[in-house]
Amino acid sequence: MFELLGVPPQVLMGQLLLGLINGSFYAVLSLGLAVIFGLLNIINFSHGAQYMLGAFVAWMLLEYLGISYWWALLLAPVIVGATGLVLEKLALRRLYHLDHLYGLLLTFGVALIIQGLFRNYYGISGLPYQIPDQLSGGQNLGFMFLPNYRGWVVVASVVVCFGTWFVIEKTKLGAYLRAATENPTLVGAFGINVPLMIMLTYGFGVALAGFAGVLAAPIYSVNPNMGADLIIVVFAVVVIGGMGSIMGAIVTGFGLGIIEGLTKVFYPAGSAVVIFVIMAIVLMIKPEGLFGRNA
Amino acid sequence: MTDAATLTRDTAATGAPLLKVEGLQGWYGESHVLHGIDFEVRQGEVVTLLGRNGAGKTSTLKAIMGILSKRSGSVNMGGTETIGLEPRHIARLGIALCPEERGIFASLNVEENLMLPPKIADGGLPVERIYQLFPNLLERKRSQGTKLSGGEQQMLAIARILRTGAKLLLLDEPTEGLAPVIVQQIGATIRELKKEGFTIVLVEQNFRFAASVADRHYVVDQGQVVDMIPNADLDANIDKLHAYLGV
Repeated sequence: MFELLGVPPQVLMGQLLLGLINGSFYAVLSLGLAVIFGLLNIINFSHGAQYMLGAFVAWMLLEYLGISYWWALLLAPVIVGATGLVLEKLALRRLYHLDHLYGLLLTFGVALIIQGLFRNYYGISGLPYQIPDQLSGGQNLGFMFLPNYRGWVVVASVVVCFGTWFVIEKTKLGAYLRAATENPTLVGAFGINVPLMIMLTYGFGVALAGFAGVLAAPIYSVNPNMGADLIIVVFAVVVIGGMGSIMGAIVTGFGLGIIEGLTKVFYPAGSAVVIFVIMAIVLMIKPEGLFGRNA
Repeated sequence: MTDAATLTRDTAATGAPLLKVEGLQGWYGESHVLHGIDFEVRQGEVVTLLGRNGAGKTSTLKAIMGILSKRSGSVNMGGTETIGLEPRHIARLGIALCPEERGIFASLNVEENLMLPPKIADGGLPVERIYQLFPNLLERKRSQGTKLSGGEQQMLAIARILRTGAKLLLLDEPTEGLAPVIVQQIGATIRELKKEGFTIVLVEQNFRFAASVADRHYVVDQGQVVDMIPNADLDANIDKLHAYLGV
């Protein structure tokens, strides 16, 4: 077999796949953050906790009700999204006219409460969640072994990301969203129920986090801290891509996952910090982010 | 100041008003900008609000639409009192605003901007008729909304409120900053819209333009309506009007 810069292709491809999978989670999570920030101007710091909730809801559905992975993939985002609607209705909508900092503090506090509750009841050792039977096993691609479930995670993430992009950029509903992001007062004066649209958008962004959580459940163990560890990296991804840019969040999410994977091959010591180094460089050269519009 | 009853008597001859504004007060945050606006607009009329910069003309339109931070008094649209309603409910009574800053959305193309305001009633202009009135918009329907020229953006801002079925159009300085040939075109459009049966409240600084399209003129000063001049009497009142406008 050929070697690239002294690296066997199995290793290279293995890390690329790992990077692509991490990138899938970065993309779905930063997409949710971008959608929420775009319309609500809220930096949703509870996003990681909501991702964790998605994984836990899937686990509970299976454990307590015997509901399978496939139903959980549909139900858990709906349930987590519904908790988002309640949070928006009760708390977030009182903060829109205030500085970003208040929304950030509130959602950060909510994240701490949710994570604390789950740590209290379920501990931090992590709970197992089986890969569904249909996706166990893998494919031998010749140059590498591809576990079916990991392939599914990448495909499902790509479909959800581009589905979301299509709805926002190419449909009438998306036109309302984009217009309300620019000028909610005028959109309201056209007769559109903007507060309802804002609430549903938050619910949708949170549901995306819940969806990512269900996808993650069989790969990473279901653990109250799983979101807290991930969310810091995801925020770096959002800063690099540019706050509020839909395509930016998707492309940057996948791209940075791959870059992180490649760093693991060529300079393993740097893999934990490479995203933050890129963030620092982007902030110096283009503070609004790679895909950000000038503020 | 002005006696609202006199103004009403002058205009009561030809049927019930579509819009009747009485004692309208308005605030931006703590700042009190409208101090009791009284005027009315009959079905099918074109009425202007004239006045100096800062007199309260734009604020009056915003207050009618419900997008000032606070308002009180009475704004009656076709028999429905709107003072306690949200902007989106006021819009659904058939009032549409074309704001001074035009409000074209940068993230939407021309066609998306045009199709954005939802239909609120039957009787709006068909899209083909709108493109016939504004052929430039058809040619450029895939362009980003804010890439249009100022005049085209103004036409788009007017065009998009014509297909919704709104009966009362609030046009805020549609000629501001535009070349004379475009101003003429907009004047022709407004006369065309009057023929289509729209009722229009037009805010203007340029009273020559106002005189070319309107039936009556209300003069606004320091947050109140201080006079009403029918367009036919404009020449006789020209000195008075100059004094009001400070020209």
